[in-house]
Amino acid sequence: MKSLKFLLPLLLFLGLALMLAAGLGRDPKEVPSPLIGKPAPAFTLTRLDDAQQSIKRDDLLGKVWMLNVWASWCVACREEHPLLVEFSRRKTVPVYGLNYKDARTDGLRWLAKFGNPYDASLFDNDGKVGIDFGVYGVPETFIIDKQGVIRFKHIGPVTETVLRERIEPLLKQLNV
Amino acid sequence: MSDVLRRWMAAVLAAAALCAGAVAAEAPTVADDPVLEAKVMAIAAELRCLVCQNQTIADSSAGLAVDLRNQVRDMLRQGQDRKQIVAYMTDRYGDFVLYRPPLKESTALLWFGPAALLLGGLAVLVWVLRRRNRLAPDQFELDESDSLPPRP
Repeated sequence: MKSLKFLLPLLLFLGLALMLAAGLGRDPKEVPSPLIGKPAPAFTLTRLDDAQQSIKRDDLLGKVWMLNVWASWCVACREEHPLLVEFSRRKTVPVYGLNYKDARTDGLRWLAKFGNPYDASLFDNDGKVGIDFGVYGVPETFIIDKQGVIRFKHIGPVTETVLRERIEPLLKQLNV
Repeated sequence: MSDVLRRWMAAVLAAAALCAGAVAAEAPTVADDPVLEAKVMAIAAELRCLVCQNQTIADSSAGLAVDLRNQVRDMLRQGQDRKQIVAYMTDRYGDFVLYRPPLKESTALLWFGPAALLLGGLAVLVWVLRRRNRLAPDQFELDESDSLPPRP
């Protein structure tokens, strides 16, 4: 035993190095959301394409739906957009957009140009609903279940991997 | 003035004008009441901006930081206190927004880790010094000065 004592500092060092290496692999931009497992915040917003018609949270109770936060000024949104368009064609779940801090005309022009994957987009001009959803980096994507509970949140562009490994299994689990 | 130089000057002036415009657009809204504004800033200085993670929302001019400062201001105007505002922020963004994280199980290492390391280090130091104290003199190597040949 005594002869192995000299290894102690090396073991301590290895432990520390492993811990730091694990820390390096994490993305500090991904802040765990306290909203997972909690009811989606209540909102009443007008539709992006129709200022007279509004949609509120409770209108969507009873179905599993996807909320995608986007804006015409958001460059990363373009990255995920083709994937969303493709996903919405499959009609797995309704996809709602939250048009975050945008101008109506800019948002509509953007959808006309790149395609519209949304059943409807909610117009959140001052970003208050965005704050309620804890939005800090557009695009963000939420999955909300039939009881109106937030089950999943993804920050940044949705990739094929995220769709295949996180979102689709969750939707299956939620019986969609 | 040469043509090239003139063109350069024009470009620099245009860039300066653009920058001035950008700064003007980002100028934060402030309350007229300096007491209220001081309160807003005191609370904002404790909240982390999530867009530029190592700044407080008091320091940052990111869009979200401006919005959150406005939110703090509105809530103070409605008569809510610091505790309610902090709760509002952590409900949405988690403990991560706090520069002074609350003491709980998941943050115990953060709070007590440094003190534990310090105490551990001191304990090892005391142990080594005491052991060395008990050693006989012939267990030490000679100091350099002891082994030097006598001066001529």
